Amino acid sequence: MSGTHRKATGVETIGMTMRFGAFTALDDVSIKVPAGSFHALLGENGAGKSTLVKCMMGFYHPTSGDMLVDGRQVEIASPRDASALGLGMVYQHFTLVPSLTGAENLVISREKVPGVIDWRKERTALGQFMERMPFKLPLDVKVAELAAGEKQKLEIIKQLYLGRNFLVLDEPTSVLTPGEAQEVLGLVRGMTKAGDLTVLMISHKFHEVTAFADDITVLRKGRLTGTGKVSDLTHKAMAAMMIGDQPIAALDSRAAPKPDAEIVLKVKALKAPDRTGLKSIDIADLGVRSGEIVGIAGISGNGQKEFLEVLAGQRARDQGEVMVRGAAYAATRTEARALNVRLIPEEPLKNACAPRMTVAENIAFRTFDVDGNGKPVSWISAGAIKSFSARLVEQFKVKTASLSSPIASLSGGNVQRAVLARELTGEVDLLIVSNPCFGLDFSAVAEIRARIMKARNAGAAVLLMSEDLDELLELSDRILVMSDGALVYETPIAQASVQTIGEHMAGHH
Amino acid sequence: METTDIGLWGVPLAMLGGAIRVSTPFIFVSLGEAITERSGRINLGLEGTLVFGAMSAYAVAVMTGSPWPGLLAAALAGLCFGLFHGWICKFPKVNDIAIGIALMLFGTGLAFFFGKPFIQPSAPDLPAIAFGAWSDIPQVQAALNVNVLFLIGAALAVFLWWAFRNTRIGLIVRVVGDSADAARAMGLNPNTVRLLATGVGGALAGIGGAYLSLYYPGSWTERISSGQGLMAVALVIFARWNPLGCFAAALLFGGAGALGPALQSVGVTQGYYLFYAAPYILTLIIMIATSSPSRTLAGAPGELSITK
Repeated sequence: MSGTHRKATGVETIGMTMRFGAFTALDDVSIKVPAGSFHALLGENGAGKSTLVKCMMGFYHPTSGDMLVDGRQVEIASPRDASALGLGMVYQHFTLVPSLTGAENLVISREKVPGVIDWRKERTALGQFMERMPFKLPLDVKVAELAAGEKQKLEIIKQLYLGRNFLVLDEPTSVLTPGEAQEVLGLVRGMTKAGDLTVLMISHKFHEVTAFADDITVLRKGRLTGTGKVSDLTHKAMAAMMIGDQPIAALDSRAAPKPDAEIVLKVKALKAPDRTGLKSIDIADLGVRSGEIVGIAGISGNGQKEFLEVLAGQRARDQGEVMVRGAAYAATRTEARALNVRLIPEEPLKNACAPRMTVAENIAFRTFDVDGNGKPVSWISAGAIKSFSARLVEQFKVKTASLSSPIASLSGGNVQRAVLARELTGEVDLLIVSNPCFGLDFSAVAEIRARIMKARNAGAAVLLMSEDLDELLELSDRILVMSDGALVYETPIAQASVQTIGEHMAGHH
Repeated sequence: METTDIGLWGVPLAMLGGAIRVSTPFIFVSLGEAITERSGRINLGLEGTLVFGAMSAYAVAVMTGSPWPGLLAAALAGLCFGLFHGWICKFPKVNDIAIGIALMLFGTGLAFFFGKPFIQPSAPDLPAIAFGAWSDIPQVQAALNVNVLFLIGAALAVFLWWAFRNTRIGLIVRVVGDSADAARAMGLNPNTVRLLATGVGGALAGIGGAYLSLYYPGSWTERISSGQGLMAVALVIFARWNPLGCFAAALLFGGAGALGPALQSVGVTQGYYLFYAAPYILTLIIMIATSSPSRTLAGAPGELSITK
């Protein structure tokens, strides 16, 4: 696997079709990725991107269609066949083993591993291999302790170490800071330019596609809807290929911020243990005014999740104060109701829903035990729950087979719509949101962002935590950066620079 | 040889001796459980395996007149129990803990059923090495009379600690235990690895049982185990899935278990029964002290059903 100079592999699919029963996931798709090129595959959720690459990698057996590798027709029956041909895939979710070190992960993933591993020899070999790589990484640290960017680099390095020279990257930068994303993609780009590597990248970030890819292919509903050279295409043209002629929800124009508006959320000298119990988060001072969106940027794992859990009442705090409109707030149901605090945590199906309960019940969680005047009721009316939910489902365009389907049966975008319906109905003074658009497609994202902006314009104080910097730049009035459990940087949106924010996210200040 | 009165020194000495004597089954069961849990499964059935191992070792030793075939029989019986557990658990939606509890009761019951005729006859003991021969004090001699299985257990702990880092099999077990997805991506079948890991874990627990019936206490009765198989599971968690930690924790538990008899031997006549409860109380204290509502367990294999 080492020693010989690797040469990039070119791959082509011809008329790839994949049917699951009556459903056609992929319909006659032909793409050509020449050796040494950087090709981007664009499309909405469910457009068939993953189906296509899974067919290429041997996870699925296409109903019909052919694969050519370096111009020769090949039969790929299993992932093993694909790797023998030098095709490898880097998944969106890491496949490294967290409790093993980088070196252990590399060695154990090899085809042939000796019974007893001579670590001295392996380390020397790995050292020589790493010298030829543009990436620099500590290999003696447990993977669990690496930053997301380092894990992503290690995933790529693993593929190269295994001798793969055609890589599928599945949304490789979704968990990286802008700086890390630039670095990783830049290095990969360098390797394709040198002719050592061919890359097929699944992405939905247009600026990355423009900056790094040579060509694009766009899929929509399983069909190929466009292809071409990146240099010939505008973002608008790419978006049109991706979403067709669906209407996209437009963002409300931003109502002028009032600098003297009431401070709704005030956090002072807050300390709480993080999930490992070894470090703590430490929020010195944070205020969110009515009618503004305060964005919190940061690489995942820097305490945002813990901070949200404290605000949501899911995590005990060691010390410090959380005040909502001047009253101490401990996130009890009574307080949340009295102060109109609403919460949209990340992964809503897991964190904000009871997955097996019905859509109607989930939507009624905040209101099922009170009557129209906010007084507790002694008898819960299923009819009232139904009619209330029916109204909200209608209003928020939640697509569900019926009100009594379990909420887990809905798609991600519709679960998020149902949660938004629940949280944004009624008076909202404080809205706490975390990664609201993670994993959702274009039109759902636009709609959800529009709803958040609408809540802000209606006078809610919004605290938005997100790992997606584009989202923060689009929505926030102010951006704060959280790094290592503390808020380390603040900038009004007018002066925000991706560069500076990225540096603070990476802790380089 | 006359008895020498060494006063209160007898307590720590008896505890040391007791720790060595009592800890051996803990060592084997916990090392076996460590292997199984590192592969991502929990086998609570080791208590039953231990009792069945004790019975089969005793029975075979009685019939052949030598302890070694008995030891082998116990290991084989344990292997079968482990493989059975591993085989059932490969089916979807089967809970390893529930199966473990069922197998615990099954193993114990089966051992009582087959073991009835062997309660009377006496079997040959496993040999011990007299490391205390240099001393004239009988208490020292008694304390340092170390069974070969203890030494094998100690060596095994070191070996496993080394093997988890330096062998292919060790790394594969850790990969499977930490991330089944990653294992599948490498072309490993997590179920096969877990089946074998549970089998080996069962074999070690069987050996632990053989020690009970063939050395200390050294006879087959239906009350032979006092929950060692279950406590060993707690002990593995306390030891953070580290084989060396398992060995140390087993010694600690053994020492605590020897506290009651040691106090009795120096003439404490009141309340020593309370100290018989020491290992159980220690289990509780350790579990409480090492638990935390807000922290995840460091070093826990990611695939364990209790930590997932």
